[in-house]
Amino acid sequence: MTREDLKNQAIDYLAGKVTCKGFTEAVTDYLEGRQSFLLWLRFQMHLGLCLGCRTYLRQMRQTIYTLGRLPEEPVPPAVRDELLRRFRTWKSR
Amino acid sequence: MLGRGKRAVLPQATPRSSGTTRDEQGLLVALRGGEEAAFASLVERYHGSLIRVALAYVSDRSVAEEVVQETWIGVLEGLDRFEGRSSLKTWIFSILTNKAKSRGVRESRHVSFSAIGDPGDDSNEPAVDPSRFVASGFWVDHWASPPHPWDEETPEKRFLTKEGGIYLEKAIQALPPHLRQVLVMRDVEGLGSKEVCGFLEISEANQRVLLHRARAKVRQALERYVNGEIPQP
Repeated sequence: MTREDLKNQAIDYLAGKVTCKGFTEAVTDYLEGRQSFLLWLRFQMHLGLCLGCRTYLRQMRQTIYTLGRLPEEPVPPAVRDELLRRFRTWKSR
Repeated sequence: MLGRGKRAVLPQATPRSSGTTRDEQGLLVALRGGEEAAFASLVERYHGSLIRVALAYVSDRSVAEEVVQETWIGVLEGLDRFEGRSSLKTWIFSILTNKAKSRGVRESRHVSFSAIGDPGDDSNEPAVDPSRFVASGFWVDHWASPPHPWDEETPEKRFLTKEGGIYLEKAIQALPPHLRQVLVMRDVEGLGSKEVCGFLEISEANQRVLLHRARAKVRQALERYVNGEIPQP
């Protein structure tokens, strides 16, 4: 086996068999940092080559970003007044 | 533009530190001292979030409002005993989830988490429609119809409009209860993974599966929205 063969074998091993489907199923583990270093490295290599998966990952990040910025409904004044009344009662306990 | 996206999103994924923050400690002192303004600001800060999380447990709006009301009373009752081992936020949400759970059980709407592994559950449903991948050959399981980037507009302009917001809220409400609970707590309210596992009494691995399913469904919904394939109500 030549040096070149060894090198290629090593790259094959490190790259593994990552598919796009596999990436979409592991994207949460990837985002949550719950993967082995080897798997993370394999996904990094796959992402470097695959525009579809880069887009998918980016959409997933945009989805999370958007969810985190959904506006909360304001407190209805009547509810607020009632809660403050409760607070005053509690205070004078 | 969202920049590279990473910086804006990643803080959500990192676990929150435990214990009260300095900002919360000041608030606690004021609350215990009976300062009404402190309680008013606490209500302003969390009421909407509490309603949202309550709605992830009980589907009835008025029941959710009652649960949140009970939560605030629970907060007042427990304020003197609160030791600050968790953050004030986590503590308030733990009161809420306990109340919501018992309420859900009473109304038999609460589905036990043991049902997760049931065959009727969709936890084996793929994140992406399988028809979008190559079915066989050398490129098997690689994209046949890859997603189109959403980058021409920022998420704010695209999704956080009035119409987009309503659509997204509906998509969240349409999720199965467990998926909805995890997604709302983790991604909408930014609670940490550990806390959410505690509230739902599930393992981290289980939580990740639920979060994964939920996010995949919401992404799909946003994709349909971008493509203009909004299903009629």
